[in-house]
Amino acid sequence: MPRRSHTAVGMRSPTGCAGVPAGLLKETREAAGLAPSLFVALLLLAAGATVAGASEQTGLGSEPTAEELAAAGYTVFPDGKGLPAGRGTVSEGKAVYQQFCAACHGRNAQGEDAAALVGGRGSLTSERPRKTVESYWPYTTTLWDYVRRSMPYESPGSLTNDEIYAVVAHLLNLMGLVAEDAVLDQESLPTIEMPNRDGFVPDDRPDTH
Amino acid sequence: MTTRKRGSERPSRRAFIGLAGAAAAGSLHPAARAQTTGAIRDLGETPSDYGRPSPFEESKRWSRAPDATASSSNTPLADLEGIVTPSGLHFERHHTGVPAIDPETHRLTIHGLVDRPLVFSMDDLVRMSSVSRFHFIECSGNSAREWSPAGAPNVQLSHGLASCSEWTGVLLADLLDEVGIRPEASWIVGEGADAGLMSRSVPLERALDDVMIAYGQNGEAVRPEQGYPLRLLVPGCEGSISVKWLRRIEVAHMPSMARDETSKYTDLLPDGKARQFTLVMDAKSVITRPSGEQKLDGPGFFEIRGLAWSGRGRISRVEVSTDGGRSWTDAEIEGPPYAKAFTRFRSPWRWDGGRHVLMSRATDDTGYVQPTLAALLEARGRSTIYHNNRIKAWEVQESGEVTNAEA
Repeated sequence: MPRRSHTAVGMRSPTGCAGVPAGLLKETREAAGLAPSLFVALLLLAAGATVAGASEQTGLGSEPTAEELAAAGYTVFPDGKGLPAGRGTVSEGKAVYQQFCAACHGRNAQGEDAAALVGGRGSLTSERPRKTVESYWPYTTTLWDYVRRSMPYESPGSLTNDEIYAVVAHLLNLMGLVAEDAVLDQESLPTIEMPNRDGFVPDDRPDTH
Repeated sequence: MTTRKRGSERPSRRAFIGLAGAAAAGSLHPAARAQTTGAIRDLGETPSDYGRPSPFEESKRWSRAPDATASSSNTPLADLEGIVTPSGLHFERHHTGVPAIDPETHRLTIHGLVDRPLVFSMDDLVRMSSVSRFHFIECSGNSAREWSPAGAPNVQLSHGLASCSEWTGVLLADLLDEVGIRPEASWIVGEGADAGLMSRSVPLERALDDVMIAYGQNGEAVRPEQGYPLRLLVPGCEGSISVKWLRRIEVAHMPSMARDETSKYTDLLPDGKARQFTLVMDAKSVITRPSGEQKLDGPGFFEIRGLAWSGRGRISRVEVSTDGGRSWTDAEIEGPPYAKAFTRFRSPWRWDGGRHVLMSRATDDTGYVQPTLAALLEARGRSTIYHNNRIKAWEVQESGEVTNAEA
C-alpha cells in the first residue's frame, strides 16, 4: 500500500485552517505582533472552532488501491446500495436452504434449534409475540446482508452471492412475498416490501416520568 | 503459580539459599533477622512475568450455557471495589466467538462517503493523538431477568452484563477528520472481524461527539474478549453498538438496518410498533453489598455499597432505602463522578437484626430518576426485553441471609 503523501491528499495547513495560504497567515500574524501559538488560538476562535477540539491532520494511514478497497468489504443498505451483482431463483434457493439451513431452522423454516424464519404475522400485539423474519424484519436487504455476514452459522462466508439471492428468494416465497418463479437480483430485491416495514419508531425515551 | 504449605516449620531449599546469600552480603533481610529470633519464616515468591490475583480470591465470571450464538458471561459485581472492572472480569457478549487477531496484520479501513478512503495499521493509530477515559459498557439485555418482580437471586445474574474500564484510544472524530466526511453523510457503519462480521450503525452526530476507537483497557491492550486489538467504543450506549475487533467503518447516507439493529436490540411496544436505535442506557443503580446470596454475620455496622451509572451523563444523586422504599436517604457518591462511567456510592447502616428490604435509586445530571419496575411496565408493556433499569431490591432476613425481593 502506498504511504499517503500530504500534498496528494490536500492536507490542511498546520494551523488547521483550510484554504488560507500559509504566507498570508504569517504576514497577518506578524502585522498584529502576536506570538504564533496565541495567533493560532485566536484564529481558531474566530473561525468558530474551539482550541481544545482543534486537531491537525496527521497524514497517518495509507490510501488503499481500488482492489484493496474492494477486498476490505462492503455494507448493504435498505435502498439496495452495496448489493453486488448476482441472481437466484426460488427453486435454486430451496436446494440451498435444504443443504445449509434446514438442519437448524427446520425444513420449512419454522424454527428448530435456531430461530423460526417464517410465520408470526399478526402476533406482535399479542401476549406472546413471535418475532420472525416474516413478522418483524423491516427490509429484505437486512436478510440478504445477515445471510452474507453470518450464515451458515458454522461456515459464514461460504455461500456465493447467487446462492444468497436464491436462498432469500426461497424464504420470501415461503412468506408469500414473491411468486414461485421469482428471480432476485440487486435491482429486484430492495423493491420487495416486508410486512413490518413500517413497524419501527424512533427512540422517544425517557418514558417513565 | 507454585504453592507452598503454609506454616511449614522447615525452611525450603530456596529459602535456605536466600538466607545464605543475604548473610554473605551482610544484609539485614527480614527473613535473616527472623532466624536470629528463632521464628523461621519462608521466603515469598520471586517476581513473575504477569501477576495474578491471590489464590485465596475466587472471583470469576459466570457463563451462560455454551450456546455459541448466545454466548455471554457476567461480571461478579459483588466482588468489586471502586469503579474499575478488572479486565479479566469484564462481561462478555459475542455472537460468533472470540477471534484471535494478530495486531501486525490488523487493519482499519475507513471509506464510503469520504474525500479519501484510508487504511490504518495499529502502529498508525497508536501514533495519533490519544485519550483515556473511564466508561461503562452495558449490554442492553442486562437485567432481562428483572422483568419479573423478584428478579435474579444475585447481582452477578441481575446486573453482571455491565462493566467499567479506563479505555484508551483515538477519538473517531479525529479519524473522520483524516478521511474528510462528505456533506451527504449522516451515519457510520462499523464492522468487526469476528466470524459473523458483527455490524452496527451509529448516527454521525454521535460518532463525532465522544466515540472512541479503543486499543487500551485499564492500562494494557484491550483484552481479546473485548475486541483485541481494536474496538469501537460508543460511550453510554448499549454494548452491542461498540463493535469489537473493528476492521471497517463505512461512512453512509443511512443506517444499514443490520440484523442487530432491527431483529435484535429493538423494543416492541404494546401497539405492535418497536422502538429502534434505543441506544442510550438510562440511569441505573444496584446495591452490591449486601446483595443476594451474601450473609450478614450478626447485627451491627455495615456499609451499604453499590454502583450507579447513566448513559446520559454523570450520576448526581443516589438514594438508599432500608425499608422497602418507604423512606430514602442520600448515599455518599465517590467523586467527582465521571460521565457515562460507573460511580461508587456508599451509605453507613447499622443492622438491628430485623428483616429489611434494601433499595437504591439513581438520578443523573439530566434530572432523570431511575424508575420502578411498575413504571417501566406501565410505559412499555410486557414484550420488551432490553433496557431494564428498574430499582432492584434485596431482602435481609433475620438470619442475616440476603435474598432477592419483590419490588
